[in-house]
Parts: sequence; C-alpha cells; structure tokens
Amino acid sequence: MSPSGAEFIRQIKAGIEEIDPAAVSELVGNGVAIIDVRESDEWAQGHLPGAKHVPRSYLESRIEGVVPDRSQRVVLYCASGNRSALAAHTLSNDLGYEHVASMTGGITLWKDRGYEVVVPRTFTPEQRERYSRHLLIPEIGESGQQKLLDAKVLLLGAGGLGSPTALYLAAAGVGTLGILDSDLVDLSNLQRQVIHNTARIGVPKVESAEETIHALNPDVNVVPYKTRLDASNIMEIISGYDIVVDGVDNFPTRYLLNDASVRLRIPVVSASVLGFDGQLSVFKPYEGPCYRCLFPEPPPAELAPSCGANGVLGVLPGTMGLLQATEVIKLITGAGEPAIGRLLLYDALAGTLDELKIRRDPACPICSRDPDSISDEEMGVFPDYDAFCAAAG
Amino acid sequence: MAVAVKIPLALRPATGGESAVDVEGETVAEVLEALFGRFSELRERIADERGALRRFVNIYVAGEDIRFLSGLATPVPDGSEVTILPAVAGG
Repeated sequence: MSPSGAEFIRQIKAGIEEIDPAAVSELVGNGVAIIDVRESDEWAQGHLPGAKHVPRSYLESRIEGVVPDRSQRVVLYCASGNRSALAAHTLSNDLGYEHVASMTGGITLWKDRGYEVVVPRTFTPEQRERYSRHLLIPEIGESGQQKLLDAKVLLLGAGGLGSPTALYLAAAGVGTLGILDSDLVDLSNLQRQVIHNTARIGVPKVESAEETIHALNPDVNVVPYKTRLDASNIMEIISGYDIVVDGVDNFPTRYLLNDASVRLRIPVVSASVLGFDGQLSVFKPYEGPCYRCLFPEPPPAELAPSCGANGVLGVLPGTMGLLQATEVIKLITGAGEPAIGRLLLYDALAGTLDELKIRRDPACPICSRDPDSISDEEMGVFPDYDAFCAAAG
Repeated sequence: MAVAVKIPLALRPATGGESAVDVEGETVAEVLEALFGRFSELRERIADERGALRRFVNIYVAGEDIRFLSGLATPVPDGSEVTILPAVAGG
C-alpha cells in the first residue's frame, strides 16, 4: 500500500540533511546559497536576509541560474519545513547538488526565534504591467526598477533638453522629478520642447511639464521650482537630489551648478546643443573631471552663442536629452559604463558620434580642493565674471 | 604631412562654412598657423594677443586634450585628427 502524504514526507526527511534556524543564522552572509522555495505571495510577505527566491514549482528549471555550482552549500526553506525537504531531496538525488540542507520549522520557526526577516518592496499589478519591459531585461529587473522608483532627479530647465529627458524619465518610473524653470511656454518653444503643447502657451513651463508627466505616469512625484538658479538658492534646491540633469542655456548657471554640485558631491549629467551639434558628459565629483576641468573659463558673451540667437535643429535637443536620460538611468541602476571623463560629440549633419577624453585637472580651481573649503562667494565665479555679465546684459 | 582639423559649428562662419579642413603641420602650433593662414578670422577666435590658446577653446589630438599633453608643442602624427572645441551652453 502506498504511504500517506505525511508518511512520505517523513521518509524524505529521513534521507536528507535538516538544519536548525540557529545554525542557518550563522551561515547567512557566509557564501551559502539560501533559497526560499515558497510561492511569490509568501515571499512578498518577508524572507530571510540574503535569500534568493526559487519557487518549488520552478525548482528544476531555475536553480541552475541561481546556484550554478553544484558543490556550493545550499540551504532551502519554506513556511514550515516540508516543501523545502521535498525540494532538498530533488536537488540532492535528481540534480546532483552535493551539500543541500532543509531548514527545520521553515520561516515560521525562524521568526518565532526572533531572527531578522526582510520584507521586499513589491510592485502593484499595475506597476508590473507598466514596467514589464524593464523587468524583462536583467540589467534593470526588479531591483533596478525599485531603484528608479526610489530615485530623485532634478532637471534644470524644462526646455529643449529638459522636455524629452523629463518625458522619458517619467515614463521609466523615476519616483521624484524636480523641475526648475522660470519661463512661460512660448510658441517658438514648441518646435522642440515636446513636453508642452499649443494649448499651454503662456503657462509656466513647470506647470505644463507637471501636467504632462502626471498624465503619463501617476507614479512620479513632480517637484516644480518656478525660479532661476542663483548663488543664494542653489545649495538648498539641489541638496537631497541623487542626480542633477543640466540643460540650462547659459554659462554663468553652468559654472554655478558645477561648483555647487562638487561641494555636495552630486553627479551632473550635462548636455548642450547648438545648431546641429550636441555635447554630452557625466560630471561625477571626485570620480571624474568637473565642468571646470573641461572648460576652465566660458567664452566672452559676444562669442558665446545661444540657441535663442543662433537656432537649433528641433530634433537635436531631443537626441541629446534622451542620451542624458539614458545616462541618468545608468547612474541610478548601475548598469553599463557612464560617460564619466568622456565628452560625446554628436554631429547631426554628418551623422557621427565622436568621443574626446576629459581629464581631471590637478590645478582645477574647484574639484582639486576639499569640497568643504569651497565658499558660497566663490561659486559660479570666474575671471572677468563682471565683464561677462555686463556684456551679456 | 596632412592633418584633418574638425571645425565646430560655432567657428564655421570663419571658415566659410567648412567643417573639416586639411592642413600641413607637425605640431599643434604649426597646424594652427597653417589654419590661420587660410582663415585669418579664426586666429582671434582661438588664440589671444600673445598667441596662447584662449581658455574657453580646447584642442584635441586624436581625442586627447593638448593641455594634458605638450600644449601647442604637442606633435601631430601624420593622418591624425585635430578637433577644435569651444564651450557651448545652449539648452
């Protein structure tokens, strides 16, 4: 006669190694693979620190992805120790894992003994659907998407560069987007500033951007700043952001931002556009060069063309803004190689993307120094500053 | 020896719109002199009264900033590319 289910489990347990929660607590973080074999809804309620989730129903197909080395020590657990015993039997007898144990009493006993339980952040069903194409690529995945939702990014300017950057970062689920711009939407903006529209002419750009973002993705918290950056407000505004995206249209603000971001050690994803040419780099304080290492001084105002005066292909800030958005996502998730110490030059007419090296200047007036030694008075200042500003009117 | 100099958009009015110019020269200084010989307006955009590079203009030989090489004396190998890069702030 066949054994009862309970008897069958007793027989299985007799043939595998069982290990007490006290012994497992000693193994956490010591190179032992701890595998939770419960269902997804149980995992979401909380799991052992450092555990990996392989539901028992997917054990045979997924375990090699998590524990490729069959000689590695593996500890399995479930709710009370039965499913993990059956899974341990499978790993040892059918799949050739050499050191497998099942934790007695499961996570229930673990919790009763007062050991730590980690509750994973979970996605709503709507978020799983919305970000499904991110969840499918391993470089982003659940942990990367969680980082995006937790990230705080400040966009300086809701103009040509800031519009596409804001749209795609919002779509990607960056949780907090600060947007700073003092201007109103103007008809001449709409050739490139795609976050605004014809009905919003005359509306503050930050309000228009916020409305578009909320319609696109309600997960995003928008923090509008309808103001101009200056030495008196920059430290307060940029503090607390993980990354600043520089799409400003003038040199004094770019130098001011550089100096403040070095002081606060906030990475800046910087781009600029003119005509058919775009430049992009990531300035990560003390890991790579800063903006002053690249350009110690701005050009004099009469030689400093701006888009307003010189025109720009409407698509170009789109291209450069999306390269900025890509660099932001790479910095947040840790995927790939950020453009630190590299200046990317996009020539839209030639259809080429060139790269120049940017080195940290050992004599840089800002980033060669201790950030705490940089004073409010020096921020954004360069030789001939007064003449520059007078000429710029 | 022929060297290709890439001219950024902001300076193209001074080259009659040309985006790349082939000149002869063995150092950056010689390459620039040859360039200024053909396009005299470029001189004041790139160099100051004493002939030094203006600080808002960077020059790269094969992707490296000459400030971190030998400045104007940096050798320019035959066939290499020289890039002139002014700061741009448009957003």
